[in-house]
Amino acid sequence: MSDITATPPPMKLRKKRGRILGNSGLILAGTVLGLITLMAIFAPFIAPYDPYLQTLDDRLIPPAFIDAEMADPRYLLGTDNLGRDYLSRLIYGARISLLIGLLTMLVSGVIGTVLGVAAGYFGGRVDTVVSFLITTRLSLPVVMVALAVVAVAGGSLQVVVLVLGLLLWDRFAVVMRSATMQLRNLEYVAAAQAVGCSTPRILVGEILPNLIPALVVVASYEMAQAILLEAALSFLGLGVQPPLPSWGLMVAEAKEVMLFDPWVILLPGLAICVLVLAINMLGDGIRDVTAPEGRS
Amino acid sequence: MTTPVLDVKQLAVQIPVTDGILHAVRDVTLTVARGETLCVVGESGCGKSLTSLAVMGLLPGSARRTAAHMRFAGEDLLTVTPRRLRELRGNRMAMIFQEPMTSLNPAWTIGDQLTEPFLRHGKGNRREATDRAVFLLERVGIAAAGRRLGQYPHELSGGLRQRVMIAMALMCGPDLILADEPTTALDVTIQAEILHLLAELQREFGMGLLLVTHDLGIVARVAHRVAVMYAGEVVESGPTVTVFDEPRHPYTRGLIDCIPIPARSRPGVPLGTIPGLVPSLVGGIEGCAFRDRCAFATEPCARPVPVVTGAEGHAWRCILPSAVPSLLENPA
Amino acid sequence: MSDQQPILELRNVVKRYSVGRGMFAAKRPLMAVGGVSLSVPRGQVLGLVGESGCGKSTLAKMVLGLETPTEGEVLIDGRPIAQLGRLERARLVQPVFQDPYSSLNPRKTIASIVGLPLAVHGEGTGPERATRVEEMLAMVGLAPRHAAAYPSQLSGGQRQRVAIARALILKPQLLICDEPTSALDVSVQAQILNLLMDLQSRLGLTSLFISHNLAVVQMLATRVAVMYLGRVVEEGPTAEVMVRAQHPYSRGLLASVLTPDPRLGLPDTRLGSVFPDPLSPPPGCAFHPRCPLVFDRCKTEAPQLRHHQGASRAACHAAERDAAMAPA
Repeated sequence: MSDITATPPPMKLRKKRGRILGNSGLILAGTVLGLITLMAIFAPFIAPYDPYLQTLDDRLIPPAFIDAEMADPRYLLGTDNLGRDYLSRLIYGARISLLIGLLTMLVSGVIGTVLGVAAGYFGGRVDTVVSFLITTRLSLPVVMVALAVVAVAGGSLQVVVLVLGLLLWDRFAVVMRSATMQLRNLEYVAAAQAVGCSTPRILVGEILPNLIPALVVVASYEMAQAILLEAALSFLGLGVQPPLPSWGLMVAEAKEVMLFDPWVILLPGLAICVLVLAINMLGDGIRDVTAPEGRS
Repeated sequence: MTTPVLDVKQLAVQIPVTDGILHAVRDVTLTVARGETLCVVGESGCGKSLTSLAVMGLLPGSARRTAAHMRFAGEDLLTVTPRRLRELRGNRMAMIFQEPMTSLNPAWTIGDQLTEPFLRHGKGNRREATDRAVFLLERVGIAAAGRRLGQYPHELSGGLRQRVMIAMALMCGPDLILADEPTTALDVTIQAEILHLLAELQREFGMGLLLVTHDLGIVARVAHRVAVMYAGEVVESGPTVTVFDEPRHPYTRGLIDCIPIPARSRPGVPLGTIPGLVPSLVGGIEGCAFRDRCAFATEPCARPVPVVTGAEGHAWRCILPSAVPSLLENPA
Repeated sequence: MSDQQPILELRNVVKRYSVGRGMFAAKRPLMAVGGVSLSVPRGQVLGLVGESGCGKSTLAKMVLGLETPTEGEVLIDGRPIAQLGRLERARLVQPVFQDPYSSLNPRKTIASIVGLPLAVHGEGTGPERATRVEEMLAMVGLAPRHAAAYPSQLSGGQRQRVAIARALILKPQLLICDEPTSALDVSVQAQILNLLMDLQSRLGLTSLFISHNLAVVQMLATRVAVMYLGRVVEEGPTAEVMVRAQHPYSRGLLASVLTPDPRLGLPDTRLGSVFPDPLSPPPGCAFHPRCPLVFDRCKTEAPQLRHHQGASRAACHAAERDAAMAPA
């Protein structure tokens, strides 16, 4: 119905701001993610203790809200079974999760977008080859391959990022391919060709900007996926290696005492959950806000 | 005149949008008699399609519909139960949509889709349904009708699909057909054929036809009466010849003047135009909605404009005392 | 560069596609354009009329260099388009497309859309470009404030003005208008047609104007070519084709223009509504299954585009027969 009116230009910014403020999910997710990011960046200043410092006398002290009698005011969220401050480890753990999420997303995003856009824009043989690559990739079970590679190459942050990055590009490729195919047939691409734009210029100037909403959604999904996979790999002992304070690793370390002290597994689990949820909600929200107005 | 098959008074449709309420249809009153063709004409966004959807009870979920009354062949459409409405739809009132490709289900054969409403409304058994389908397909000019029943929509051309849509609308012998831009997606040479067919069938079966279109050419050639809509309102209505000969609303005149006509419009002779843009319908409008674009607007136009009624049911929503002359240099 | 040299010349242009029908069926050739020869002299407008699938848009794409002809040659200002570079070609020929909603990139401002050709061709400095964009917007009837707007903030008619501005900013030799008003409301169509007429007389544009509506074409065109299933069936001066069309298809097209005259009733085009399958066109004259004048010869022998009477040419056996029988 938006055809009815032609809004004068100055409305633009005010409208966009209104759309951001009107989207409560976006605000909430943005705030949570912002806090987690700040926490990760300023971890050395925020964390009360060195996350690696073991105080073997203070093992498994519960936080106050779990057991007020056993709690120790020095350890706000208690300590793990090696006597390390749990709050500090959680704060430093955000660094690992965000780093792995972002890097994996970048690696897989670049691979998937390049392949998908090329396939969608050029079609023909390029499309056949890319489609074959996508099908091949989809036939690989991600967790199994990741486990196998990490088992052979050894677990480290670099290896995890590389393995996940090389495994998670399929969704980027599939979505970018079909989105590009649609855009390719639009008349503004033909107009740009007629104007004499080179192919790279069309891809960067006309196609890519219109892929951003889809890209943001896939990127947020893949980042969340990478964080979850890292947690799973670390849980299985094949991700980042101890004593790095990864949330997945913390869950793994907690499983031995899980039956007696369930909060040890609950806190990192909750952290993963909140982070993943916030990222997904942010992706959805950004898509809603950045989608161009007009005919939908 | 007999009681009209469709009688709508003061229909309004409101749709909540992000920045308020869109008054998409405002105070629309119209009637369609048996054997009569009423054309609702207007440009995109004028509310013509919503009007027909409102009559069928097919508005989008968020839209709100109000009316003083809305009667269809003895039924009150305002108070009718959803169940009864479903019985009426496709049975006694049928709809033909613009795009015959998307309004036919690609997974079903033509025969299945033709017989389905007939069987669902309990008009007879499968055998009778098939017989009627063949009869109607032949009637709408489809050769080898028996063979067509087993075909799927994608096997037919656009013109044939629209013929199938018309046959489908006729299956249950409706009292009223609502056709929303039935020929807009078709090629020009096929458009005339389909309109011919619609007009002929309508005479033959004595149905009312409410035809929604943006094309004044179609209106002039098929309508008995016309309702011109602008910004959600009917700004002028009446017998087709009267409205075209003596338009009383400047918008009607503007629409007529901007159509290119072979032999009259020539290179170098500009067409008439309507300056400006359609006003926003969010939040409602006081006074004449056309006044910002009107060459004759005066100060009283900012106040509510009453409907003036002339001879033969010609009515208009304008304070001008006489018919609006053409502003073209060489009117025909 | 003499005045006799046509700006656009098509020499027996053919475009064939191969169309797949599922995974296992063999591909079949589809003749989208089947040997079209036309020319447009400087300062003239050639109207190209036909229904969907007649090949008129494929023809436009070939003239724009977006498609390559299977056979034949497209010459612009005497130079074969196949030998022109990307930028050179863009300076010669520019398009205005049908759908103003998909022809403008929704993520760019109007200024950057209209200024894109200048940027691509490296013309002028930033401020110079801005001035030229503003001049161009004024020429197509848009206000300077529109420059900062996005396409979604403009109406369909305003968007089409933007598309025209973009096409004209490089001052091309040839403008290709592919159904430029078909997606617009009638009152907006009138505004755009008036604008094109005005630009035509002010700038002396040479253009190819494509439409399915003869009434629209005759507003602008000096000559008209009617296409049916990939071939030109009639070509001649607009006035002559409008008044004394020789091909029955042209007459049918003309009859199907519904003028707003309430006393005329519906026209009988006598064309039927069975459109032939372009994958298996009828033998002989492709129009013969729909033709009211069909006789035996039409079913076996394809007619050639020839002069029969007057200044226009038609590809029709019946027109040839009638011309032969008419007293000289």
